[in-house]
Amino acid sequence: MIEASDLTVERGGKTILRNYSLSLTRGRTLAVLGANGVGKTTLINTLIGLIKPRSGHLSIAGQVGFVPQLFEVPFAYSALDIALMGRARHLGLFGAPGKKDYAIVRHYFHMLGIEHFEPQTFNSLSGGQRQLVMIAQALASECELLVLDEPCAALDYKNQDKVLGLLEHLREAHDMTIVFSTHMPQHAVEIASDVLLMTSGNSYVSGPTAQALSAENLTALYDLPIARADFNGLSKHTYAPVFRHDGASIDG
Amino acid sequence: MPNSSTKAQATGWVGRKLASVSVLPVLIALLVAVILYSITIGRYDLSVRDVAYILIDNIHPLVTPYWDPVQEVVVEQVRLPRILAAVIVGFGLAVSGAALQGLFRNPLVDPGIIGVTSGAGFGGTLAILIGLQGYLLLGLAFLFGVGSVFLVKLLATVRGRTSMLTLVLAGVVISAFFSAAISIAKLLADPFQKLPAITYWLMGSIASSNYLDVLLVAAAVVPSAVAIYLLRFQINIMSLGEEKARALGTKVVLVQWIILIASALISAGVVATSGIIGWVGLVIPHVARALVGADHQKLLPVSGVLGAIYLLLVDNLARTLTTAEIPLGIITALIGVPVFAVILRRLHAKGGWSSD
Repeated sequence: MIEASDLTVERGGKTILRNYSLSLTRGRTLAVLGANGVGKTTLINTLIGLIKPRSGHLSIAGQVGFVPQLFEVPFAYSALDIALMGRARHLGLFGAPGKKDYAIVRHYFHMLGIEHFEPQTFNSLSGGQRQLVMIAQALASECELLVLDEPCAALDYKNQDKVLGLLEHLREAHDMTIVFSTHMPQHAVEIASDVLLMTSGNSYVSGPTAQALSAENLTALYDLPIARADFNGLSKHTYAPVFRHDGASIDG
Repeated sequence: MPNSSTKAQATGWVGRKLASVSVLPVLIALLVAVILYSITIGRYDLSVRDVAYILIDNIHPLVTPYWDPVQEVVVEQVRLPRILAAVIVGFGLAVSGAALQGLFRNPLVDPGIIGVTSGAGFGGTLAILIGLQGYLLLGLAFLFGVGSVFLVKLLATVRGRTSMLTLVLAGVVISAFFSAAISIAKLLADPFQKLPAITYWLMGSIASSNYLDVLLVAAAVVPSAVAIYLLRFQINIMSLGEEKARALGTKVVLVQWIILIASALISAGVVATSGIIGWVGLVIPHVARALVGADHQKLLPVSGVLGAIYLLLVDNLARTLTTAEIPLGIITALIGVPVFAVILRRLHAKGGWSSD
């Protein structure tokens, strides 16, 4: 689905990513982790075609749908209006959504169980609800690869669970390929088949979650001790940071 | 996630109550009524019934003409062209204001604020100064209107991103520049003939409109409004922001230029026939949004018809309030500025000013 080799990406004259290679086959889920400012968003913008890589090769088989980070719109669009915008690719410059487009969007609203959002103002919805509408927008573009920029940021546990569950369902039942960025290793543990740990602009660790996502690699990634915790009785584990409480260093 | 039936519906705060009624046909009927009523206003007394019969007589005689030929001249040659001009000007300004607000995802934008109006104003002033009229004046106004859009866009775009705030500031800068240029032109103008012509023209009046003026402004407004309407769905997408629009597959630059040029053409047509009439494009789309919501498919036509009704009423005031004509631009500013202040405060309260 995604084949990238030796990608070098610049932004505003600065090299953000150097020699990144990445491969993801259809029906898999990739979680992208890394510190703030390391270039997660740049990588995502490259994948969705907003930025052209300076060098290297990138090929994506199939249509890409994109779910940006939570945002507000300046006008009072309804949730339905927002989701309909996903149809843009299938409409001409002078086109407007017709019966078929409404039917497609309503189909996904139904699938996500958000039919009742239709007439509501997008901005009046909660973060989790807006995220679902944006996912409906991406699905309405009839994409095979779904790219999400921090889909669970600013969501509470319950809504994180809902969004993660939805992504898992889309991959399993609809054979979609999914790429998402996150700050929570737990999200990768739960639903990602592969991870990409972006240590810096020119070094990274990638591979199947079972191998690449380890306490050791996460410790290196965040420059903070991170321990693996296994839950007794559950075949489940998580990663927890060992915060340093190093307040003294702030005052020198 | 709780079911939130109490959440705001996106049809606008008035539209919720009007949900069962279609807004546009009602407004069009209202516009027709206001047109008929406006023709009756003036020193020569006429009833709505007279006006209706005189007008219909042109298409299909319903009754044998019982009216004075003078009445027919008053209706068809004196009042109708002026009223049509007001309708087209109001329609054009409101449509272009709605489109620009969507395009720049900024509810405080209108052709005046982004510098088009003063650019076109300078073009028109220059045309009067060198003795040009009609389509040549329109052409020069258009040229400077587009030029000022280009300059504003250039000033406001930093590394491929146009932020809301810098755009408005760039518009203020360019407007200030062209205002200064207009002053220089006035200084150079012959104080007995051209200076009064420029001054009165800039204040905005459609008092002396004839059918040639109507044709001129229609030639600018109609194709531009059609182009803008055709892009209605793209404007929706553009109001999510440039990057998101691009990610959705929109030809961002093409859409921006078509809208900017169409708006410049509307402003130039309006300025050429009736001088600088501000604030209509800023205020009317807000009223329209309250009626039908933000979707430009509905917003654009509703804005247009509301703008037409509004400017027609303003023009009625202009010609009846005092014995002398009041320039339109003065009345639209007197009404528009307080409304703008209210909108600004409401936006500020919502924190709508902080994002770019």
